[in-house]
Amino acid sequence: MQYPVYLDYNATTPCHPDVLEKMVPWFSQHFGNAASKNHPYGWIAEDAVEQAREQIAQLIGVKSKEVIFTSGATESINLAIQGIFNAYTNENQHFITCATEHKAVLDTFAYLESKGAEVTYLGVNSKGEIDLSELQACIQTNTKMIALMWANNETGIIHPIQKIAQIAAEKQIIFFTDAVQAVGKINLDIEGIHLLALSAHKFYGPKGVGALYIRHNHPLPKPAPLIWGGGHEKTFRSGTLNVPGIVGMGEAAAIRLQNMQIENRRLALLRDRLENRLLEINGTQLNGSKANRLTHVSNISFAGVEGEEFLRMLNKKIAVSSGSACTSISPKPSHVLAAMGIDSDLGRASVRFSLGLDTTEEKVDAAISHVKESLSVLRS
Amino acid sequence: MRVYFDNAATTAMDGRVVEAMIPFMKDHYGNPSSVHSHGREVRTAIERARKKVAELLNASPSEIFFTSGGTEADNTALVCGIETYGIQHAITSAIEHHAVLHTLEHCAQKGKVKLSLVKVNEKGDIDLDHLEELLRSNPNSMVSIMHANNEIGNINDLSAIGKLVKNYGGFFHSDTVQTMGHYEHDLKTLPVDSLVAGGHKFHGPKGSGFLYIRKDKKIHPFIYGGAQERNMRGGTENVIGIVGIAKALELAYEDMSGHRAHIENLKKHFIESLKQQIPEVSFNGRSAEMQHSLYTVLNVSLPYSEENSGMLLFNLDLNGISASGGSACSSGASVGSHVLRSLKADPQRESVRFSFSRFNTIEEVNYTVEKLKELYGVPA
Repeated sequence: MQYPVYLDYNATTPCHPDVLEKMVPWFSQHFGNAASKNHPYGWIAEDAVEQAREQIAQLIGVKSKEVIFTSGATESINLAIQGIFNAYTNENQHFITCATEHKAVLDTFAYLESKGAEVTYLGVNSKGEIDLSELQACIQTNTKMIALMWANNETGIIHPIQKIAQIAAEKQIIFFTDAVQAVGKINLDIEGIHLLALSAHKFYGPKGVGALYIRHNHPLPKPAPLIWGGGHEKTFRSGTLNVPGIVGMGEAAAIRLQNMQIENRRLALLRDRLENRLLEINGTQLNGSKANRLTHVSNISFAGVEGEEFLRMLNKKIAVSSGSACTSISPKPSHVLAAMGIDSDLGRASVRFSLGLDTTEEKVDAAISHVKESLSVLRS
Repeated sequence: MRVYFDNAATTAMDGRVVEAMIPFMKDHYGNPSSVHSHGREVRTAIERARKKVAELLNASPSEIFFTSGGTEADNTALVCGIETYGIQHAITSAIEHHAVLHTLEHCAQKGKVKLSLVKVNEKGDIDLDHLEELLRSNPNSMVSIMHANNEIGNINDLSAIGKLVKNYGGFFHSDTVQTMGHYEHDLKTLPVDSLVAGGHKFHGPKGSGFLYIRKDKKIHPFIYGGAQERNMRGGTENVIGIVGIAKALELAYEDMSGHRAHIENLKKHFIESLKQQIPEVSFNGRSAEMQHSLYTVLNVSLPYSEENSGMLLFNLDLNGISASGGSACSSGASVGSHVLRSLKADPQRESVRFSFSRFNTIEEVNYTVEKLKELYGVPA
């Protein structure tokens, strides 16, 4: 067994070997600028970009012309939120989001608040679920966008996306969803969604590339560009296209489309094995609903240990985190668990296990015994 | 023969850069923000890359911020510089790259700044007296003047411009995309507040760039979410891109004078051959003056000929020669080059930008001159 065992697939995933293989020729051999219109170096690159766009469109079930490439989900999220804010000018604007969203969403809204926008942060119950009647109740006449993630990165909880989309449609409000953790993991029904952010490195593609789905054929405004320049990506996003990254993302999408279902069943069994064994231990609890949840994620609290020390010991043999990688440098407990009403000491001693392609039963068992060992040392 | 003379649009990656990147797709795939060893080893690689870039530019690592490319870096400096410092007035020129020009035009449209264009003569020279006049009536301006023009190759005197801007309390940003990796930048002496790089212009990766901001200038983020890049740029870092751009810059600096001598030789030979062999040939901007233009760019103006009118780039491509009419970013547009229009170039003549890299050869130059002779019916 090679340690540490990687169980942090929600933070990032390794590039699939086929993805890497597909990318390599685009570095030095077919290196053209996809915007070069006068020679085959450009045409070949452009064709590759369009093929990748099609592969991604197929994975999420949209038209390829509705997919815009970005440098990653955080940029996509900024483009969606800042872009809608900028599309409506000189108005009092109201937005609705949730306390358990990813930092990329929350920080962007904090910035909009500093520019005068009003933002409502929905709460969640102890299972991490939102209350749809609360959502309905806080819609105002000047509400411009509902921004709710598809699946939570820390708990795996899946929001009732279709019902939210219906509410948004009835009120003629833009519905944006951060689907970073859901794309390539579960089947997506995108009906009624106006904007959707995704990232390649969460589904075995490269880092530094993502996309924003921008639905056509509706009367509401589309986001104003965030990055201005040469007018790439139908002017939504300027800047020379990251051709190898885009090719890699397309290939990763094609692979997920093929393997997602089988892989999910395999990971569900492994996740349940891990979860059931860990929950047998005294002083443990599952965070979040067991029902509407990604099949490869489990978030468990361990009472009676100091969080930071526990995690440090775990990390000697298992690569796991206590929450989002983006906030893991911070000593504060997870804002997601805090919103679910978990007290801060227990929140700090909570671990997110996220499984993926290279996870095996052997690795899961090794992780279980290391957790038990660490607990017995720290609790004694 | 296939000749690639469009290196100002993008360059082929150096094999050694690709080699440096591959391990970070395969084995070292962690999220740099993760605290476990998978994350920490990647964090170390990013900080090593930052240190390398800073060292080569004689800057401090804390002044280097990695971005998704030159366009994002330009947008960050301009938009956030203007917002952070409450700047009311911006100055640029009509021959800037669209990453600067469209960004500032957008800021002006949104009413954030008043925009003035400094005069440029028919050779593409910036009128420094006019710049001073503009600064005198608008102190504390945002001034964005590129180091070298991507289409005609003109090099601007950043020291002179920078001192002028400083005298009037302005913020001086320079788009250095075309000179980074081809010329030395000593940021201890160069009076700029910010400058940018795009990796793919010097045999590094697409989708990777950086922004330098002088220590005493603090601007707010452009992309929010997560504490990456010391809170300046949210989003999981493009690890391979960052490792790649640092490696590419290192290789560029390792033998800059050697590369320069080789390419200068090609360019001089190209100019001499064209002057001798193509009647009525001329050159746009200062691109034929070795001391005043990029050694990588030659913008050739050819006389009217019925066979080549509007077809020259197409005819060159049929002969295996890849060049462009201007910036790749706008090469899809039918409006032609905004740079040549500003220089009042004769629209009857055909203009071609040939741009070189260290991978080009003298045979390719000779071949291209021969083909141009054929296309223009010059007897062999």
